[in-house]
Amino acid sequence: MNNIIKMAARNLRRYKRRTLLTSILITLGVVAVLLFISVSGSFKALMIGQITDSMMGHLQIHKKGYLASMDSLPLNRNLQEKQIAKIRGLLDGNDAVEAYSMRLKLGAMFSNFNETTNIRLIAVNPKQEILAAPMLQDRFLQGEKEGLLAKGEILIPELIAKGMKVKLGDSIVLVATNKDGSVNGQSFVVRGILEGISGPGGRDGYIHLEDAKSLLRIEGKEISEIAIRLKDMGDLEEVFATLKTTLSSFKNKKDKPVFEVHTWEKLSPFSKIAGMIDLMTLFIKVMLVAIVLVSIMNVMVMSVYERINEIGTIAAIGTKPGKIMALFLAEGLLLGVFGTMIGVVLSLIGIMIMNVSGISFDFGRQKGLMLAPTIAATDVVMVAAIVIAIAVLGSLQPAWKAAKMDPITALRHV
Amino acid sequence: MSIVVARQLCKDYVAGDIVVKAVREVSFTIEPASFVSFVGPSGSGKTTLLNMIGCLDPPSSGSLEVAGKDVTGLNSNKSAIFRGENIGFIFQDFNLIPVLTVFENIEYPLIMVQNWPVQKRKKQVEKMLEAVGMTDQGHKYPNQISGGQKQRVAVARALVTNAKLVLADEPTANLDRKTASRIIDLMKAMRDEFSTTFIFSTHDQRVVKNAEIIFRLEDGELQTESNGQGGDS
Ligand SMILES: Nc1ncnc2c1ncn2[C@@H]1O[C@H](COP(=O)(O)OP(=O)(O)OP(=O)(O)O)[C@@H](O)[C@H]1O
Ligand SMILES: [Mg+2]
Repeated sequence: MNNIIKMAARNLRRYKRRTLLTSILITLGVVAVLLFISVSGSFKALMIGQITDSMMGHLQIHKKGYLASMDSLPLNRNLQEKQIAKIRGLLDGNDAVEAYSMRLKLGAMFSNFNETTNIRLIAVNPKQEILAAPMLQDRFLQGEKEGLLAKGEILIPELIAKGMKVKLGDSIVLVATNKDGSVNGQSFVVRGILEGISGPGGRDGYIHLEDAKSLLRIEGKEISEIAIRLKDMGDLEEVFATLKTTLSSFKNKKDKPVFEVHTWEKLSPFSKIAGMIDLMTLFIKVMLVAIVLVSIMNVMVMSVYERINEIGTIAAIGTKPGKIMALFLAEGLLLGVFGTMIGVVLSLIGIMIMNVSGISFDFGRQKGLMLAPTIAATDVVMVAAIVIAIAVLGSLQPAWKAAKMDPITALRHV
Repeated sequence: MSIVVARQLCKDYVAGDIVVKAVREVSFTIEPASFVSFVGPSGSGKTTLLNMIGCLDPPSSGSLEVAGKDVTGLNSNKSAIFRGENIGFIFQDFNLIPVLTVFENIEYPLIMVQNWPVQKRKKQVEKMLEAVGMTDQGHKYPNQISGGQKQRVAVARALVTNAKLVLADEPTANLDRKTASRIIDLMKAMRDEFSTTFIFSTHDQRVVKNAEIIFRLEDGELQTESNGQGGDS
């Protein structure tokens, strides 16, 4: 085995320039793929992080049918005390869940005593919300973000602050209609102004859950959604699946499910972009495979053709066909390994440089987002393994041809 | 026991409608440690015959035993193994492997064909280098030595596995006269030293006279042998 590798290495060194060119091609392919995976992956992670950590959570539970009529923020599709207790029990017993936040969502009229406008509000328990959406505090453009919110305070989105010319510390009035149609008003102090983010709920204001209850004259517990944050986003599919099966077992009197659960992907349009990034990554991987396959095959076909006489010689003196095949496969393997190794090293250096120099970009209204490209070891190993496997695969046909060669014909070849 | 026994050996090449009878019903026996030459004009079937003896080309008909084994029906893998164990080859164009040094070329069959342990291998190669007078040339590459030296290396490579039989198709055709006769002398000396059977082909009359047994081929047929020993019909 060792000797086969040694001999293959010698043969590669015989055609230095060709070996180098092929390796460079493979190297370039590997670098392109790894850098793309790294940058797009970090972009994706950043965007997903923005969306999930500052607003959405990883999963959300609603009463069945809430999502379909989410636009009108229906108060008659809220979760009631008993239902809430059931879900709490479920979530508290799940190790993968880091935190969850109970939210009451409502629409209201927002008045600065001069003008009125519509506002969508998320009423939260600040302690819960900070844990379930830790980056919400980063959206503060103005105001004290420590503690998020107290009773009697409101966080308003930037757009409304500008449109209604409201400043920090101003008093405003919210007027809301409750389930039964009666109207109630309550005054609030502007505690903070929030940066808007893309996606549903990204331009909503925040008030305290207790204030919402008194505004809507709700007795006892009542919420519209539960936003769940997981310890590790990698568990998303698994947690989602278990939650879905458990929750669907809760049926009402008409034997219909009571709850619905969705992942952030279902709730945010960004998941489409994320899917597109994944598709592009796949496309680039396919390109890499094609590049490696074609270049290795080309080189190996040439190598076999140039060495027909030599193949005849070693076959005549008794080298078994299997060994001749192994010799050429080893050459392809070495080329693949060589190109891949350089590629991986260059990519890691590239990623390091990107991290040190810092790449920032703007996304929508968010400016100066910093990309921190990283790459998982599994990605590196996988790309390397694919390339090396393809390199061997590409040598298969030429190697087979060499092994099957008739020694006499090969020896006669000039 | 004879090392080569051929009976009614035939080889036909078929190209379209034309059948070329390259070797026609040839019978002979060759005893171990003999120094044999097949001679004849171009196209008389020397290469074809040597290829059959070397298990590179199966006969069309007739029987052929090499080193006590019927070799007429071997598949490519089996014949490769048989060649590796029993037969050494010397080629007209030397056919050394250009990426390997002289030492490594001689070592090649011990690594890739047989599977000798390192120490034993080194000793054997040293021994062969010395036998062919190339002791101080082991580190050189084939393109750094002369034709005669290349053929010496090829002789060493053919003998390194302790082959019973060495086949050489026109081993001197690419060498000048003096070098050619030196190579034939070397082969003979090797036969004396290792008791290996040498069979070579040539159409060079000056080389022929060095052979101890001469088979004359004409148009694929064996003529009555001239030196009077070894052949039968
Ligand atoms: N592969 C082949 N296909 C068809 N005919 C062949 C083939 N190989 C050899 N022949 C024919 O068989 C006959 C014997 O050829 P061979 O090569 O054995 O002669 P040779 O004695 O070695 O000649 P030379 O001295 O020129 O090497 C010739 O007529 C040749 O044309
Ligand atoms: Mg010939």
